Parts: sequence; C-alpha cells; structure tokens
Amino acid sequence: MAQGGAPINFASITGNKSQDQPLRSVQLDGHVVLKIIKHCRESYPTLVTGQLLGLDIGQTLEVTDCYAFPRTDEQDDGTIDASSYQVDMMRCLREVNIDNNTVGWYQSTKMGVYQAEELITTYLSYQESIKRCICIVYDPHGMASGSLPLRAVTLKETFAEAAKKEGVLSLTFEKLRAKGVSRKDIFEEIPITLHNSPLAAAMATALEPEMTAVEADTARLSLSVAPKLESNLSLLNACLDDVFLEQQTVSQYARALAWQQQQQAQWLQRRRQENAGRRANGEEPLPEEDPNQFKPIKEPPAIDGFLVFNQLNQVCNQLNGITAQGLQKVALLQGFQRL
Amino acid sequence: MAPFILPVGSAATTVRVQPVVLFNVCDAYVRRNEGQERVIGTLLGVISEGVIDVRNCYAVPHDESSERVAVDITHHQLLAGLQAKVNPKEVVVGWYSTGDGVSGSDALIQDFYSRECQNPVHVTIDTTLQNQSLAIKAYVSRALLLGEKQLATEFVQVDCEVKTKDLESLGVDLMEKEICEKVQHDADSLETCIGQLSLCLEQASDYVDQVVAGKRKPDQAIGRSIAEAVSQVPFISKQNLEQLTNDSAQDVLLIMYLSNLVRTQLALADRLGTAALPLL
Repeated sequence: MAQGGAPINFASITGNKSQDQPLRSVQLDGHVVLKIIKHCRESYPTLVTGQLLGLDIGQTLEVTDCYAFPRTDEQDDGTIDASSYQVDMMRCLREVNIDNNTVGWYQSTKMGVYQAEELITTYLSYQESIKRCICIVYDPHGMASGSLPLRAVTLKETFAEAAKKEGVLSLTFEKLRAKGVSRKDIFEEIPITLHNSPLAAAMATALEPEMTAVEADTARLSLSVAPKLESNLSLLNACLDDVFLEQQTVSQYARALAWQQQQQAQWLQRRRQENAGRRANGEEPLPEEDPNQFKPIKEPPAIDGFLVFNQLNQVCNQLNGITAQGLQKVALLQGFQRL
Repeated sequence: MAPFILPVGSAATTVRVQPVVLFNVCDAYVRRNEGQERVIGTLLGVISEGVIDVRNCYAVPHDESSERVAVDITHHQLLAGLQAKVNPKEVVVGWYSTGDGVSGSDALIQDFYSRECQNPVHVTIDTTLQNQSLAIKAYVSRALLLGEKQLATEFVQVDCEVKTKDLESLGVDLMEKEICEKVQHDADSLETCIGQLSLCLEQASDYVDQVVAGKRKPDQAIGRSIAEAVSQVPFISKQNLEQLTNDSAQDVLLIMYLSNLVRTQLALADRLGTAALPLL
C-alpha cells in the first residue's frame, strides 16, 4: 500500500537471516505472469528475456514486477544501449513505487528445454551482484494444452561455487567428481506459487466469463496428443543426436590422449636409450622431458555432456507426462463408449 | 467571422482492452503514493479498422493538488521510448486513470495526450469500487471549436470490451485467489475438467427438457447452439471407435516404452559414471 513517512522494509527485517535459509518457493504476482506471457508470445519464435524485480524475504523470493529487454539483434552497440536502457527503466519504475530490486530474469524457451550453457553463465553474472537470483523459464508452445508452462530454475550451490571458481568450460569430469557434483546437481527447480493483491483478485472475479467451461478446460480435455507427442519425439531425436556427438568428442579425446601417451612413452624410451649411450661415452645426458614436443590435448568441457543428458532426461519426463495423460483420456473414452 | 464548429461525426471506435493492462493498473493503484487519490498512465496498443487494441500500459507520476494538473512529461516520453524498443508495433493510443467517469482536470490531460497521438482514448477503471463494481469505461474527446480557438472538450463514451481469452487460457482460478499454491496441472485437474463438462451437459439437457415440457420459453439462439454442438459430434460406429481408441493407446504405449528405455539408459550411464549411453 502507500508508503508512509517511515517505509517498512521487510527485506531488511528478515534480510539478515536470508543467507542461511535455503530458497523454498518463488512467489509470482499474477500480473507478472501475464506480462511474461505477453512478451514471450508476441516475439515467438524469437526467444526473448526480461528482468524480474521483487523482494528476497527469508525462504521465499517474491517477484512483484518485471520488464522486457529489447531485442539485441537490431543494433550493434547493444551493450551500451542495454545498460542505459536498464538504468532508465529502473528509474522510471522507482518513481511509481515499484520494487526496483533485481531478483533474476525470465526467458522463453522452445519446448521447455532450458538446460544450456548460457543459462549458467547468465546466472553466474547475476550472482556477482545479487546474492540470490532466479530464472523463470516460460514455454510459449506449451500454453495450448491448458497448462501453465512456467518453471523457476536456479543452480545448485555446490555447482555454482565450482563453476565460479574454475569457469564453466574448464570444469573437467575429474574436478566435478572431486566436488561430488553429478549430472543431477546442476539445476534445481523451485516450486512456484501465485500471488494476487485483493484488488487484482476482485478484478479477475469481475472479468470471469459466465460460462462454466473456459478455454483452458476445453484445451485440457482435447483428445489429440499426437501433435505434442510428435514435437517432443523430434526433440528427443535431436537430443539423442547431441548425445552421440558429445560421445564422439569424448571418445576422440580419449583416443587422441591414448595415442599421445603411447607416442610419449616411445619417445621416452628412445631418449633413455640415447642417454644411456651418451652416458657410456661420457657425454651430458639430454633432458627426459620435452614440453614442446607433446602439447597437452584440451579436454572437452564436462558440462556439455551433463547438459545434454539433463535435456534428454527432461524430454523423457515430458514424454512420460504426455503419454500418461493420453492414456488416461483414452481410458476415459473407452469408459464413455461402454455407457 | 470565424466559423463555429460544432463537434460532428460519430465516434465509431471500439476499445478492446487486454487483461494484462487491467492488472497492471490495479498494481499501480495499490502502489500509489500516500494521499494520492488516483493514478494515471499511458496506454499502448495497436489501432486497426476502428478498433483500438490496448495491449500495454505504464503508470505516469502526476500531481493534482490545488486546481492544477502536472503530468511528468519526461517520465512519459522516456518510457514511451523504452517500450518502443521492445515492441515497435505498439504506439501510444491514449491514457488511463482510476476512478469512475471523467472529471474537469481530465480535459487538460486529454489535451496533453492529443499532442502525443491522434484521437487519444481515455479509459477509466473504477478501482475504488464506488458502485460496487469494477466499472471499465472508455471515452474519446471531441473539440468544440470557434475558428482556431478551442472552447470546450466533450468526452464521448465509446464501446469498451475486455478480451478475456488470455485470462481464460491462463485459468481464471489462478488469478482469483490471493495465494495459489498449485500452478501446474496434472492428473487431478482432468477430473475437475470432466466434472465441469458433465455439469455443462446436465445444464443443457435440463434446459431442453424444460423447453420440451413447456415450462420454459424457448430461445432460438440457444437452440441453434445446442443443435450445432450436437452436430459436431462425429458419428463413429462402435467397432471403429474401439479400433481408434486401441490404435491410439498402442501408439501412446509405444512412445512411453521408448522414453522409458532412454531413461533406463540414462540411469545406467549415471551409475557407471560414463559420458556415453551404454547400450545404444
């Protein structure tokens, strides 16, 4: 409500405790969801992003407003433009008493797959300035089936720390294993709750159509799962292709490494024989290490494989969800038929 | 002698408001300064064929104390520029204010907005609930001219409809509650859907029964809708339907098997700690 002489700052009251409390839920305001949907749908199939504003209170992260980022592909001087855009936007929003505290960002995805390296790097760059941040992922495609395809994603702490220290791409399997980070310890999904001010709730009730069945209901009842299955299956195919590609890179690396080690061993053996000969002749032995001859082969980043696996896992989960729903509907139809 | 021009021509515009705008206005009203009676803001949208589709809005700070109105023009212009970068298709189409109906100072603000765009539309949303309802009204202004001199501004109410399609596909039930824990839909929601569907069917058959029994006056429009709905049901013989459902169930089961196969592979790969799928 309206701010008085001494504004009550909830964040400062609970803020000192927020560090040791894990994030339990993300509370989105209704109009934020509508804004995200509007922005992402308007620019679909272009994938867009925007900033989330709100408060970090104890175990919940409240998202009370958001604004869209302009598309960057139109201008070359994007970086200067973007930062001045943000500064201007924040100032304008502060003037009308909107929380101007960044809590993360939102982005649209294709088919709900968000596991990408960019998300990790963006997350880390956000975390440099704010302690806790969240990424809301929205899939404009999934709206058609009558569900709300929103997810709140963060990185798990152990992985985020490791990635910050070493750099995302230089994390090898060994390093990740030493930290105890497996494929499942990268992303974490936080449950979302929706919050509406009493006024907004009254508005929704006033706008509610008189019909008992609304669009979302009919969409949920639709019998045809084929288009959704098809698009998810082609995504599964693409993911499997990625896995094979990744597998090839890893095995290529392993082969190259083995070959190099073999060469090195041969070379060392020859050098030792040579040195033995030289020592017998009373000459100075040559050094047994030659850094110039064998350059270390760069190990492919482990994160790529992990991300592809995570994607695959998610597509499988989606497929299972859709097929389960499809079976339910078929069973229902068979039940109706017997009546 | 200067010509005296009376406002002529009908205001043949319709205003269509997207729900996102209304919820934004509500939020802006909740966040107003102490002592401030109403909030105003700029409306953005697209005009086509006489229909103004209001799609976006932002609040503009203003000061309305003691007989004068001051609108923060720099704020308005800065935000208009920023919004244009995100979506260049949306242009300034008018302005909104909370409260019911038009007041005297609105003419001055309308005057300002008519410099920003042609024929600005003024939408009022009664967030104070004066008449026990959230009235949404739209106005356009017509000028009463004497030569070049403007004598008065007249506000004419125009049709205003709220597009609820967005809200419907989101699910009104999500927006109605103050706190909603369950956002994702799952198997349980199918049950409620079926419940609603059977409720609809019951209502329709009740209506038909009543009309047939002569208890209720028949309405042709409803009758046509029911006939249309019934004719939409495809006629499939029992055998064919059985075949169809079985085929569909088999397809779905096959895909389920495939996805479970991949998942097993993934679990195996996790256990073995390899980067490759072991059996594929």
